[in-house]
Amino acid sequence: MTSKNIDNLRDTLISKIESAADLDSLDDIRVSALGKQGSLTALLKGLGKASPEERKPLGQAINEAKVKINNAIAIRKEFLDAQALDLRLASETVDVTLPVRPEQEGKIHPISQTIDEMVAIFCEMGFEVAEGPHIETDFNNFTALNIPPEHPARQEHDTFYLPKREDGSRLVLRTHTSPVQIRTMLSKKPPIRIIVPGRTFRADYDATHSPMFHQIEGLVIDQSTHMGHLKGCLIEFCQTFFGVSNLPSRFRPSYFPFTEPSAEMDIGCSRKGGGLTIGAGEDWLEILGCGMVHPKVLAACGIDSNLYQGFAFGLGIERAAMLKYGIPDLRTFFDSDLRWLQHYGFLPHDIPSVARGV
Amino acid sequence: MVATLRVFAARYSFGGAGSLNKVKFTFSWLKEYLETEASAIEIADRLSMLGLEVESIDNAAEKFAPFLICEVIKAVSHPNADRLKLCILEIGKDQVQVVCGAPNVREGMKGVFAPIGSTIPGSNIVLKSSKIRGEVSNGMICSEFEMGLSDDHDGIIELPASAPVGESWAKWASLDDVIIEIALTPNRGDCASVRGIARDLAAAGLGKLRPLEIPKVESSFDSNVKWEIDFPKDCKNACPLVVGRMFRNIKNGESPGWLKNRLKSIGLRPISALVDITNWATFALGRPLHVFDVDKISGNLTMRFARQGETLKALDEKEYKLEDGMIIIADENGPQGIGGVMGGAASGCSAETKDVFLEVALFDPVRVAETGRKLGILSDARYRFERGIDPTSLEWGTEIASSMILKLCGGEASSLTVAGEEPKWKRQQELRTSRVQSLGGMDLSAQKQEKILSALGFEAELSGQEIKCQIPPWRPDIEGEADLVEEVMRIQGYDDIPALPLPNNAVVPAPARSFEQQRIENVRRVLAARGLVEAVTYSFLDSENASHFGQSPDELRIANPISADLDMMRPSILPNLILALSRNQARGLADVNLFEVGAKYTDDSPEGQTTVAGGLRSGNTNSSSWIAKTEPIDIFHVKADVLAALSAAEAPTDKLKVTRDLPKWSHPGKSGSICLGRHVLGQFGELHPRLSSEMGVEGPVAIFEVFIERVPFKRSKSMKDKELLTLSQFQPVNRNFAFLVDQNTDAERVLHAVRLVDKEIISNVELFDVYIEGVGKGKKSLAVKVTLQPTEATMTEKEIEIISDKILASVANQTGGILRS
Repeated sequence: MTSKNIDNLRDTLISKIESAADLDSLDDIRVSALGKQGSLTALLKGLGKASPEERKPLGQAINEAKVKINNAIAIRKEFLDAQALDLRLASETVDVTLPVRPEQEGKIHPISQTIDEMVAIFCEMGFEVAEGPHIETDFNNFTALNIPPEHPARQEHDTFYLPKREDGSRLVLRTHTSPVQIRTMLSKKPPIRIIVPGRTFRADYDATHSPMFHQIEGLVIDQSTHMGHLKGCLIEFCQTFFGVSNLPSRFRPSYFPFTEPSAEMDIGCSRKGGGLTIGAGEDWLEILGCGMVHPKVLAACGIDSNLYQGFAFGLGIERAAMLKYGIPDLRTFFDSDLRWLQHYGFLPHDIPSVARGV
Repeated sequence: MVATLRVFAARYSFGGAGSLNKVKFTFSWLKEYLETEASAIEIADRLSMLGLEVESIDNAAEKFAPFLICEVIKAVSHPNADRLKLCILEIGKDQVQVVCGAPNVREGMKGVFAPIGSTIPGSNIVLKSSKIRGEVSNGMICSEFEMGLSDDHDGIIELPASAPVGESWAKWASLDDVIIEIALTPNRGDCASVRGIARDLAAAGLGKLRPLEIPKVESSFDSNVKWEIDFPKDCKNACPLVVGRMFRNIKNGESPGWLKNRLKSIGLRPISALVDITNWATFALGRPLHVFDVDKISGNLTMRFARQGETLKALDEKEYKLEDGMIIIADENGPQGIGGVMGGAASGCSAETKDVFLEVALFDPVRVAETGRKLGILSDARYRFERGIDPTSLEWGTEIASSMILKLCGGEASSLTVAGEEPKWKRQQELRTSRVQSLGGMDLSAQKQEKILSALGFEAELSGQEIKCQIPPWRPDIEGEADLVEEVMRIQGYDDIPALPLPNNAVVPAPARSFEQQRIENVRRVLAARGLVEAVTYSFLDSENASHFGQSPDELRIANPISADLDMMRPSILPNLILALSRNQARGLADVNLFEVGAKYTDDSPEGQTTVAGGLRSGNTNSSSWIAKTEPIDIFHVKADVLAALSAAEAPTDKLKVTRDLPKWSHPGKSGSICLGRHVLGQFGELHPRLSSEMGVEGPVAIFEVFIERVPFKRSKSMKDKELLTLSQFQPVNRNFAFLVDQNTDAERVLHAVRLVDKEIISNVELFDVYIEGVGKGKKSLAVKVTLQPTEATMTEKEIEIISDKILASVANQTGGILRS
């Protein structure tokens, strides 16, 4: 054994290692060199036959060769590993343009969403949600609201009636959400600050009328709320609801049997180009009715109108949704056409809040 | 943005404004009563802000400005067309050639000329110079249709020889006007007249109200016809007062041009002088009148209620059946008119009328409204009477109408015949001047308030902090102090009310919804998150379909449904959803997942209405896909919906039991209920195939209903709602068992038997397979994975064996099931 032999063996092995084609042949080379029967192992074993003077430098040379071979194996292994991975990855390529798994997407109806938006806004102004039955007494729906039997407004309401009862009275399907004003004032002492979203019914069906539709009613009763507060409250509401901070508005005198003074609120809009845009424009759009609660209504609910006063307002949910979301036809709201619901509906996680903008 | 947004009229109906009736007038007519410098546009803007909402403004003056009076000086046949004429027109100094096809065009006639560049009102076409069959035509001679005045397009307008050639046609014909239409609220009967509108405008500072001139008419004889009133004692207010006057030797010809133009300008057809006078008084002064041909009535006229069986052919040529309670005007032969609604055809005036009897009456608004409604008559008289007219108008109305009749028809007037008496109309109302601020939020001096009320015709007197008002007779709508606050603020303008924020006690508001309300919203969003699409359907449906889904007592049948298929309040949400499914299937949509959260009704009491969630799924879970298997919908999809909804409603899910209580609508083998104790909280199953085919739906439909309000809830929700979580540090152990049980044994009984063994250690029991094939006749195999979770120490094999044995024993004991070998 000479150091030359060792160098030769080392070089031969390293060259084999560097040209190993795959991990298996690399391992074969490792075993043939460093295994129990390996060529370098054999040299190490033969060291005992060398003279004591030679033993040390030869031993050193063998060990150095071993380190170099191990290094070469490690380098080659890393290279072959990387190569194998590249190959695997190349073989695993998929067509990423393939469509995803079909999912069924649920939606929230625009009426529910619009109600939630309105509730979120009025909540900020301290209102609570009140509700009432759809089947109402004549007293709550009309008489207590200062609409006596002979009042022309009664006929204009196109009321749905239930059968005459034994005592001659007739229940009605509420024609507006206003009877909840009466129910609330009869059951609760002022201060009162409620909003009432819900279903309402009128015996009328054509392109712009549905026999069932939704309203939201507002009622504030305390000792000092006046028409200036009414204006402030509703202007803030409309600006937030429509998301137009400089939304022009105006209040026109009007008439409702259960408010005095009464007003209608218009908001600014533009009808240029055949469309309708809410905001500053050349035109006005009627949006809601409102007024100071009529003393006779307070009296019907046992509230002293010398001590208490307040305002009420009401607007149509569908109409507000149509204006805000550009939905063209009222009747489609109740048709349950899946295509319409998917298009105009809202995602379930899209919960309206003032924090994120309604 | 939105191309065809068809926004319907605001129907917050927040009230009863309801359908508003329109009142039309022209600017020039208004100026007869209002001395003003304001323009028509200023007037219109202000009207809306006075509460007299302007519906439309038609600026006829502007529209008609280009059209001139022309004379046809030459009209010869067109060389290339038989039906056309080649005309030379004189328009002032100029002459133009036009081609005209009107049959009545001829030399020497005068007509209306539309020059090149003008817009034809009837068609909105801009005229261009053109060649018609080779001949130049520089304009057009117009018909009434082309001017937008009527449907008459048979010939061109023929003007009298006196019409000044070259001058503005509209100006000469008094059509250069602005037509304003307002939507009148039901309380403002006083503004159903041009003069009433003028009064409001004058009060608002837009001019001066001209005083009403009331002429004194001389009488020369006593009327042949006398008034009588014959009502039961307690119904004297049906017609408290009526005045009449006879005229003889009159001539009922055409009205003069000014009167005809007034009526035409608001879309009324002139008929004859007498009829036109009554219409004029109705629209100008809000004082409806009626005229009878004396020769066509027998004896005196009586105001009385109609008798059963009486009928009347009214002026609209329709026959009406009259009932008791309707006010009629009768002679010896029976009804001749319906009080405050419409006159009779037989006693009406014609060109031959020689002697006429004028009726000026006051009627009970409620009766007039009721009668008009019952008979379906919407007349201009009814419109005014049902809103209440000025009780003093009988006096001045009679004199004004009389003087007009004498002026336009000649003849002589009788003395008055009067029955009844003027009702007491004088009423006082005080206004505390502070109320304009405290109720209206408007800062306005007491003097200014007094001035406004006076201008509106109130006799107002400021004393101290109060204004004492006498309400004018034309304002029956003023009932209280709040009405006076509105009057003052309306005239001053609501724009002068400063908008203030609503004072709020808390910066961070309390929740708007109660827990009970909020959990309904939670159910809604959870169901949508599960892939269901929310629908909103009617609260009613046809009683036939309703009957399959619940009890619908007769008290829930709508007495006046809009159609027979919407006549019953729904006992369940499901039938409307199933009908919606059928409509969607008809549109070619197979995989339909719908739900609705809303009311159902079991009786007519408030408690009979409850909020429920209903839903359905049909078709497949997903459309066919390269990656996901298509799976048909089954009842376990909707069972999961029920459980998710109940969980969202905060039901104690660990205490729920599934039972075989069958819903009415269900497939008997494929449905169940989810109960808490004896209360059914939810139902699920497959729609009975018989109902499926009856209701027109294809394929199996899985449906569910959740009775949210039956879920018990804790009134206050505290932060301690969640139990403390203890996590074990020891390995859980899973053991699988396959139990062989009778095929009709409910799986839940087996699972229950397993859970029962040790509620501490058995943390989970899962059914992972069910085999029926090859396990023996009448048997099934249930494969169950049991998870044991020790809390104190890792379980030994021995301990596991003990608990396994207990599980086997429990299942055998409870269900007769044995371990499958």
